[in-house]
Amino acid sequence: MQIKLWINNKEFNDDIAPDMLLLDLIRSKGFLSVKRGCETSNCGLCTVMLDNKTVLSCSTLAVRANEKHVTTIEGLEKEALEFGGFLADEGAEQCGFCSPGFIMNVLAMKNELKNPSEEEIKKYLEGNLCRCTGYMGQLRAIKKYLSRVKEGSYENS
Amino acid sequence: MKIVNKGVRKKDALALVTGKPVYTDDIAPNCLTVKLLRSPHAHAIIEEINTDKAKKVPGIECVLTYEDVPKTRFTTAGQTYPEFSPYDRAILDKHIRCVGDPVAIVAGWDEKSVDKAIGLLKVKYNVLEPILDFRKAKDNKIIVHPEEDFKALVDVGTDKDRNICASEVFEFGNVEEELKKCSQIIDETYHTKANHQTAMETFRTYTYMDTYGRLNILSSTQVPFHVRRILANALDIPKSKLRVIKPRIGGGFGSKQSSVSEMFPAVVTWITGKPAKIVFSRKESLTNGSPRHESEIRIRLGADDEGIIKAIHMDTLWNAGAYGDHGPTTVGLAGHKAMTIYNSAAAYKFNYDVLYTNTMGGGAYRGYGATQGFFALESAINELAARLNMDPTELRMKNMLTQSQVGNKLPTYYNEELKSCTLDKCLLRAKEMIGWDEKYPCRDMGNDKVRSVGVAVCMQGSGISNVDVGAVEIRLNDDGFYTLMIGATDMGTGCDTILSQIAAECLECELDNIAVNGVDTDTSPYDTGSYASSTTYITGMAVVKACETLKNKILDEGARLLGLNSDDVEFNGKEVFSLKENKSISLKDIGNNSLVGFNNYLTASASNYSPTSPPPFMAGIVEVELDKLTGKVDIIDYAAVVDCGTPINPNLARVQTEGGIVQGIGMTLFEDILYDENGRMMNDSFMQYKIPSRIDAGNIRVEFESSYEPTGPFGAKSIGEVVINTPAPAIANAIYNATELNFRELPITAEKIALKMLERNNI
Repeated sequence: MQIKLWINNKEFNDDIAPDMLLLDLIRSKGFLSVKRGCETSNCGLCTVMLDNKTVLSCSTLAVRANEKHVTTIEGLEKEALEFGGFLADEGAEQCGFCSPGFIMNVLAMKNELKNPSEEEIKKYLEGNLCRCTGYMGQLRAIKKYLSRVKEGSYENS
Repeated sequence: MKIVNKGVRKKDALALVTGKPVYTDDIAPNCLTVKLLRSPHAHAIIEEINTDKAKKVPGIECVLTYEDVPKTRFTTAGQTYPEFSPYDRAILDKHIRCVGDPVAIVAGWDEKSVDKAIGLLKVKYNVLEPILDFRKAKDNKIIVHPEEDFKALVDVGTDKDRNICASEVFEFGNVEEELKKCSQIIDETYHTKANHQTAMETFRTYTYMDTYGRLNILSSTQVPFHVRRILANALDIPKSKLRVIKPRIGGGFGSKQSSVSEMFPAVVTWITGKPAKIVFSRKESLTNGSPRHESEIRIRLGADDEGIIKAIHMDTLWNAGAYGDHGPTTVGLAGHKAMTIYNSAAAYKFNYDVLYTNTMGGGAYRGYGATQGFFALESAINELAARLNMDPTELRMKNMLTQSQVGNKLPTYYNEELKSCTLDKCLLRAKEMIGWDEKYPCRDMGNDKVRSVGVAVCMQGSGISNVDVGAVEIRLNDDGFYTLMIGATDMGTGCDTILSQIAAECLECELDNIAVNGVDTDTSPYDTGSYASSTTYITGMAVVKACETLKNKILDEGARLLGLNSDDVEFNGKEVFSLKENKSISLKDIGNNSLVGFNNYLTASASNYSPTSPPPFMAGIVEVELDKLTGKVDIIDYAAVVDCGTPINPNLARVQTEGGIVQGIGMTLFEDILYDENGRMMNDSFMQYKIPSRIDAGNIRVEFESSYEPTGPFGAKSIGEVVINTPAPAIANAIYNATELNFRELPITAEKIALKMLERNNI
């Protein structure tokens, strides 16, 4: 079936199978940051934004993105670097395989929650699994990043 | 030290946080998709496979059965040759030994065709009764490996006709005599289950033929050089025909110390000449991965009334599963690591049987057997403390290795000499951090909640003594930058950066002046790979040696260019100079001159092994909150203090510690590979096989009490594995301190706790 969508503001018109998953469509267009860590919507690695709301692209049909805007970390490089620097300063990107999906959700959280508590941060990001870090380094990076956001160091995205 | 012992960013960090395409599946171009038909039976003989219809599906390139692939047996364990793991596996075998064993390999140009072809394969099985309980495997009438061409390269006590993969008895002193003299004996049996590493990147491999007719393998592996040998064995071709490349990999934790996925696309490419790729699904990674071995360890621990330990006996059963990968070697660490920490007893015995069954074959998982051993022995130590009505930290201070034992021989640890240890400082500091004296054993919080603390100590090794080899090469290039060539495998742990830090420290330069890369068996110097907590210690020392040699060459070349003697010049990282003669030449000029005509191109290489495997140590104290109605355990706080010698990069060492602890928490509280009565893994997805989320992890605090290991680079020992060994015994101890109930089987789920409390309250 015919669909039209934008990935990182670039328009794509495509004839796709009705059962194609958004994750596979995105990767087929060369946006390879998006990863699959499970097939059961449990790990959060495939997180992308669909019209500015995070979705799990492994369990979203590509047709659901028809006439919509998909954003991956390739489309948010500046923001990814702003937060990613804090992650790197903790050594908490480790293998990096879960980083893109995790960072997408951190950026969404930054826009959605104002001054979140530690518990709210954990709850918001509960669906983003990481096997390397034990999550503590990620939490340190998030706290440092959010305090910089609060100081107005970054433009809103 | 300027760069060593600093928490610098990983050299690959910014590429990873911006999602650059650096992993196997990102690099593989359009190629054949390889998938497997897997057996639904745990034990069967394939009588017939009809591939006719499958082969006719458009887009299918090949369908391979056991009749089409080489018949040589090999091990998929990534170990130094001759491997201790028996050669008990074929790429495809007529004899099915566990659910999910591969039956056919299908390759095609798109995934849908491959799926369709797999659905059209018709297989006739002669279904046999499986042996699923490892306690019943020895001398069972069901034999997992009856094949004639089974081969054990090393005598590890294998007797395949009795389902024995490996067997050994170690004794020091006379345990029975010593136990007779003991007024206090703990005699209990501890059971740990198989569990998975679950690296976020599942097993995957891309293969292609290169210009020279050689098979190239790009794979997510911890052991590229071992993969070269394993595939040469599997395909029955010379190693010279193979090249293995390791790009960035999405986690390992030991799972990729076995060659799990490589052989399937490799055989497809070797037969068809076409590029091919396999990406394991999460389900396949769970049902046919390389998990930690299930264990059952009976501990007999003898002591006097003062709590002085006199004898330790560890009687150990190990479930190899269907194949012997790492079975004969993981088991050894259960005893030799765990018992060593209590070095002052008069007698030790450690005997084991590693048994074949029709469950998934085991593998290497961080801790490599020591984790199971420490759960058993540390739990027994905590039970002894309870028996004596003694604080378990006091009991440990009386018996365990401390600074004062440096210089002593370790009879249960291959008689190595202890050269560095601050375990006593680690334990005392962990007690302070958690507030042990105020919180031990527990506090009632009201609302049926109780908060309690629990403790454990542990050690691991640093590389495999006299076996592991790490070689490096370092080159001086034009403009004076260096290329560091390593065969050690960064799997997210940061060894590319850590080894560069060591080089930068030695050569007195900025970290950015060291270029480093992934592993390519054609161009990287040999390295056994990243496992056994070896990289920083073994390969790090090779970097120190190579840099020393290069430094001398730079001095010589600088002196020659200045027209001076080498003895009259110095090198400060930026220039070779002589204060006396007031002459100098920059590293940039030396580098540029070295690439012109008559001058010398400057490179140095070094290979390193170690006759010892110095143990890192750790004390872990946990505070939990236990709900007395539901049995639910929440991790409130975890105080971890580690002696890893000098942490080369404290940030990365800290994250290693935090990550290992959370994996240990998962293993302790809920991770469990569950089989149905036919041997099928029931919880084969992340929906059912739960790994800890950030809610489950609790708060973790890590500190270092660094000793200085004289045989390590800048005093470093290892960090990667020791960190997973304390959670299970420490949490079990905290649960005891909350409930006065001992849980000797992992995982300790809320259900088990609630039921046992109900049971006790009814009596």
